[in-house]
Amino acid sequence: MWVIRQWIIVGLVMVLAGCGGSSGTMMDDGMGGTGSDTSAHGDQGASASGVGDDNYLSGDEYADPTAAGGALGNRVIYFAFDKADVDEASRALLAEHARYLADNPGREVRLEGHTDERGSREYNIGLGERRAQAVRQILMLDGVSAAQISTVSYGEERPAALGSDEEAWSLNRRVELVYNP
Amino acid sequence: MPREISKLMIVIKKCLSGLAAFCLLAGMANAELRIEITGGVAQAVPIAVVPFGWSGEGELPFDVARTIRADLEHSGRFKALAPNEMLERPTSGLDIDFDDWRILGIEVVIVGQLLHTGPDRYTIQFQLFDVFRGKQLLGYRQPASTRQLRGATHLVADMIYEELTGIRGIFSTRIAYITTSGKPPNTHFRLIVADADGANARILVESNEPLMSPAWSPDGRKLAYVSFEKKHSEIYVQTLKSGARKRVSSRPGVNGAPAWSPDGRKLAVTLSKADGNLDIYILDLRSQVLTRLTRRNSIDTEAAWSRDGRTIYFTSDRAGQPQIYQVPVSGGKVRRVSFEGTYNARPRLSPDGKQLAVVHNDRGNYRIGLIGLEQGFMQVLTKGALDESPSFAPNGETLIYATREGGQGVLATVTVDGRIHQRISSVEGEVREPAWSPFRRR
Repeated sequence: MWVIRQWIIVGLVMVLAGCGGSSGTMMDDGMGGTGSDTSAHGDQGASASGVGDDNYLSGDEYADPTAAGGALGNRVIYFAFDKADVDEASRALLAEHARYLADNPGREVRLEGHTDERGSREYNIGLGERRAQAVRQILMLDGVSAAQISTVSYGEERPAALGSDEEAWSLNRRVELVYNP
Repeated sequence: MPREISKLMIVIKKCLSGLAAFCLLAGMANAELRIEITGGVAQAVPIAVVPFGWSGEGELPFDVARTIRADLEHSGRFKALAPNEMLERPTSGLDIDFDDWRILGIEVVIVGQLLHTGPDRYTIQFQLFDVFRGKQLLGYRQPASTRQLRGATHLVADMIYEELTGIRGIFSTRIAYITTSGKPPNTHFRLIVADADGANARILVESNEPLMSPAWSPDGRKLAYVSFEKKHSEIYVQTLKSGARKRVSSRPGVNGAPAWSPDGRKLAVTLSKADGNLDIYILDLRSQVLTRLTRRNSIDTEAAWSRDGRTIYFTSDRAGQPQIYQVPVSGGKVRRVSFEGTYNARPRLSPDGKQLAVVHNDRGNYRIGLIGLEQGFMQVLTKGALDESPSFAPNGETLIYATREGGQGVLATVTVDGRIHQRISSVEGEVREPAWSPFRRR
């Protein structure tokens, strides 16, 4: 009985460890340059139609620029201590993302705001939210529609780097742009 | 299917529904906490808790004397004599030779017996003596079932503590806290409730997404907390006994910092709603009516209620950096409360309503400070660099808080006079965000 119970609890822990929390997998949207044209022919009888001979332009490869390694692979904006100001270099990066989003109104981005570990936790939720909102404002000014943007703040709860030194802290004061597949 | 396994399957089924498991699993050894006194026992009163007599058959079901001894020592006010140094081992006052204790410098001696009075019935019988005068101060017989033996022993320790100090003991109280294990991005979060001495740890919720801000209801029966299990913050209220829980706020944006009104009917909550600006609201739990309290473009969060339920203390950075403010619950003028230092946040009111514990930046170090509400003076109590999340014991004597040591998150306590310090560490993983329960209803 005890052995079975232990086994079940181990199983439970494994299931819990496995679910949630993982980032989505990036899918290649690539629908090459070749469209396909289908005409439906009914089952009743045959119908004859002329077959044209169009010349198709050659397309080129399309890869999702927001996928890892893509043109928009840089998806983290960093901040100074206690600040929500976005610096020049970050603005330039955001302009790239904004252009992509404006051109692809079907794509959505989630802005996840974070802080370093210093100070109280719920206040840091506020600071992370302030940073996410700052990035959101910039994207909208650059032509992204509000419907494409959502924000969430994790405060200090989801650090990218562990450690209690300036190096870790500077890596944690950030907004991450998360594109859903 | 055997009954035990089918019961367990029901628990597991409940746990597997949803990304977070909210259930009462049996006490887990690897979340138990370890308490050590780290400072200030110079004036501890020398006492002796003599191993109790056992009248029943078979092994002693619970070492009552050892737990009483540990409780009294953990308070930092008493230094207990080790049993192997005792010259005699009386189990009743009639057998005590007070000279045997005066010789050792012992000022107070506690003797007793654990009596087996029926199937699943015990009585803890004890007497407390003043050694100098050879006089009994207290005698009591506390009944308990087998399951209640540990809790009843803590009640006895509370009685002894109150007799000796005049202050109600906290040995029967509980603490809630959050643990993390694993490394990002695979961190695992748990909300745990344990006895005040760290024993009997039980998981309330666990999740692969953050859990925050546990808050005890005034009757000690429920905990409110923040969970990110749905990939954004939401506030839940969970009943301890049943494990059943209710989601009380899942509005767009931030849902955070739940705080119970003294009558248990309302929660002060922090919401950002659509505009992304954090403000404090009062949520009536029954009617679901939401009343907005703050409107500024600043971060307003971390509400704490006054004892009469008419004032809320909170953190706001409306003046640039976080400071403590207060506002009437009925709406009205916001007044600043903290004036020392560049950063004061996360207010918690003392049980007597006279002081606020805060996170205070003291020359670059985040420490726990006490603001006296009458005079406005700040007293810095701790010495760490990243101290946070202070919570008062319900007798107002001690604060528990989170800190870091050796790169690990641990808990610590300090008495409000700053004299006695304890460190409380987990055997495994990191600990944070402690919340001390109210007293058990008498």
